[in-house]
Amino acid sequence: MTEAPTISRGRAFRRAASHALSSRWSLLALLGLLAVLVIVFGALEGIPASRLLGLTVRGILLGGALALGALGITLVFGVLKMANFAHGDYMTTGAYLGLVVMALIPASAPILGLGFGYEFVIALLIVMPLTGLVAYGLDRVTFRRLRKRRAAPIMMAMAALGLAFGVRSIIYMVFGADFTFYYQGGPRPIVELLPGLRVRTDQLFILAAAVVLIFLVYLLLERTKIGKAMRAMADNSDLARISGIATERVVFWTWLISGGLAGAGGMLYALDVQLRPEMGWWLLLPLFAAVILGSIGNVYGALFGAFTMGIVWQVSSAFVNPAYGPAAAFVVMILALLVRPQGLMGRDK
Amino acid sequence: MSDPTFFARSALLAVPLYLLLVVVLRGTSAILKHAIAVVAALALAVALVLMLPPGSLSYFTTFLLMGSVYAVLTLGLNVQWGYTGLFNIGIAAFFAIGAFTSALVTTVEPTGSMAAFTQQLFGLGAPFWVGLLAAGLASGLLALIVGGPTLRLRGDYLAIATIGIGELVRLVFQNERWLANGPQPLRGLPQPLSCLASSEGCSYLPGFVNAFFEPLSPREYPYIYVAIVAIVLFLVYVGLERAIRSPWGRVLRAVREDEDSAAMSGKNVAAFRMQAFVVGAVIMGIGGSLYAHYVVAIDYGHFDPLYGTFLIWVMLMLGGSGNNRGAVLGALLVWAIWTGASFAIDALRPTLASISPELPQRGPYVRFLLISLLMLFIVLYRPRGVLPEEKVVSLARD
Repeated sequence: MTEAPTISRGRAFRRAASHALSSRWSLLALLGLLAVLVIVFGALEGIPASRLLGLTVRGILLGGALALGALGITLVFGVLKMANFAHGDYMTTGAYLGLVVMALIPASAPILGLGFGYEFVIALLIVMPLTGLVAYGLDRVTFRRLRKRRAAPIMMAMAALGLAFGVRSIIYMVFGADFTFYYQGGPRPIVELLPGLRVRTDQLFILAAAVVLIFLVYLLLERTKIGKAMRAMADNSDLARISGIATERVVFWTWLISGGLAGAGGMLYALDVQLRPEMGWWLLLPLFAAVILGSIGNVYGALFGAFTMGIVWQVSSAFVNPAYGPAAAFVVMILALLVRPQGLMGRDK
Repeated sequence: MSDPTFFARSALLAVPLYLLLVVVLRGTSAILKHAIAVVAALALAVALVLMLPPGSLSYFTTFLLMGSVYAVLTLGLNVQWGYTGLFNIGIAAFFAIGAFTSALVTTVEPTGSMAAFTQQLFGLGAPFWVGLLAAGLASGLLALIVGGPTLRLRGDYLAIATIGIGELVRLVFQNERWLANGPQPLRGLPQPLSCLASSEGCSYLPGFVNAFFEPLSPREYPYIYVAIVAIVLFLVYVGLERAIRSPWGRVLRAVREDEDSAAMSGKNVAAFRMQAFVVGAVIMGIGGSLYAHYVVAIDYGHFDPLYGTFLIWVMLMLGGSGNNRGAVLGALLVWAIWTGASFAIDALRPTLASISPELPQRGPYVRFLLISLLMLFIVLYRPRGVLPEEKVVSLARD
């Protein structure tokens, strides 16, 4: 073995150094550093640790609803290779469809110490496939045409932008621009998780429902034939087609699942906060921040990103105007991109 | 002709018409072209002033004015998307930065009892053109900051980053009172040459100019501003045409078509993308300034993603991305559809009311839907727009 010339050894060292700096661990270290900074600045500003803890818990609860949205975005990106900027508005669609369905079925008394009755759960189960079908129907008239033409992914994103504004304008026309609630002025039961740490029972339900749905998606992706086909398409769509996978069928299931999750996410988010025609557009930013942080197209990355962004959103409100929450998620995404452009779960370069 | 404002209005309207003709006319010698354009523009302006009823004419003028402001913004997007393929869906950020910078530079910081109602970071009281340049500069600076971490990434990432900047800038102007009066509008932006339309006239202009425009009242100010906007639009257009037909413009299109082969030809792809992003943003900032000085009072609500970003995308896509004439044409066409739709919806009020009593007041959202459908139609069926990109742009034409 001959000694490599020093100049190339220097280069190899630099490459190794930049490799280490952009590794998965440095991204996690960045997030850890941010957490430390939050605690230090919190102490300097005199924000009690219990408040930060409470906001973190709130963030995890919010992360459940975000995770449902982020999963849909990442699935569509994985299978169809397109950034669906209409996804936030699919969530809004789900939330408002929920309002319609709940008006049609009789309301029961609040159940299990929650702030809502059976009708919300039934509506959730009806709205999920409904929103999925809306998403698939819109794909039929827009994206499918572009796929057949083998249009550039960026044109798909542009069509999605058109859909986002179109869907929102219909919601404006039908429901008006004002915000509304599923339960106007109804009871909002509270439970004390730890001494001094109170959350609404509805928020616990939201997280539980999200976890159940995430688990079902996991089963579907890992244990069913269609899930396997979806993963194959995400991995290599040409190879999948050659192997005889009916790609349009996979596309149907992808939209049904991602639209269904969007519908559920929208309803759960609206139960916690409010219904607003713009809610989906505002959610788009933290959702994509979550998906990109975790590596776009990667399911587990999206889950990690969603809970991280939920926490960032809530904890930031201890320091800045709460209106900046989604923007704080965006800033963390930019920082993460500087360290590791391929996201947490992306392949190392 | 009995109208005392006849000559002043005709002369002012002739300015945009002349510039339009200079751009549209082809062939013949340069002197002849300009001579024809001057005569034709004056004739056309006189005909318009004589034939259109005053209401329609002032409507036409404000239409042309706003259409031209949007044309400037669309030209900015054309540099980024049309020629370089940068997917910027945060136009509203650059639009807003331009507008608010120009507002801060040209207004005077309120004192005394007024200070309680209006807060702003600074107020230089500088003239309009300083505000215009500062707007371009500030917007370009923002592009430099945003472009740094995002331009080297894939297209979708830039899209998300620009959505983020669009929302962030709007949130800042909504919530930070000290910066530009928070959620309240920042009022009283000076209008350039507005003294011409007042009885005193402009002290810095020679007497015969003031005498010529003497009959104009402040109500007729849009006739003056449309000429100013048209001149700025013309300069931006001519500058861009030169740049796009230069070697620099060829590299931009090479970067858009095939980044790798551009890099292999020794071009610094990242630098060219950044240059295009900044140039486009500077133009958007200038558009923001033109907008702000027309509407006089601005607040965060003017820079909503619908008006501030989406509408401009529809304009470029309809007109033809990668074609500056297309960008201008698209801006005017979409602005015509956008304003025309509001008339149509007003006319349809009784019909809408018969469907649902709440629908008439939601009329504005009908045109919102219309414009979204137009965007989808273009992307799906006519992705190249009305005036598609020319295949060969760098050959000498004359």
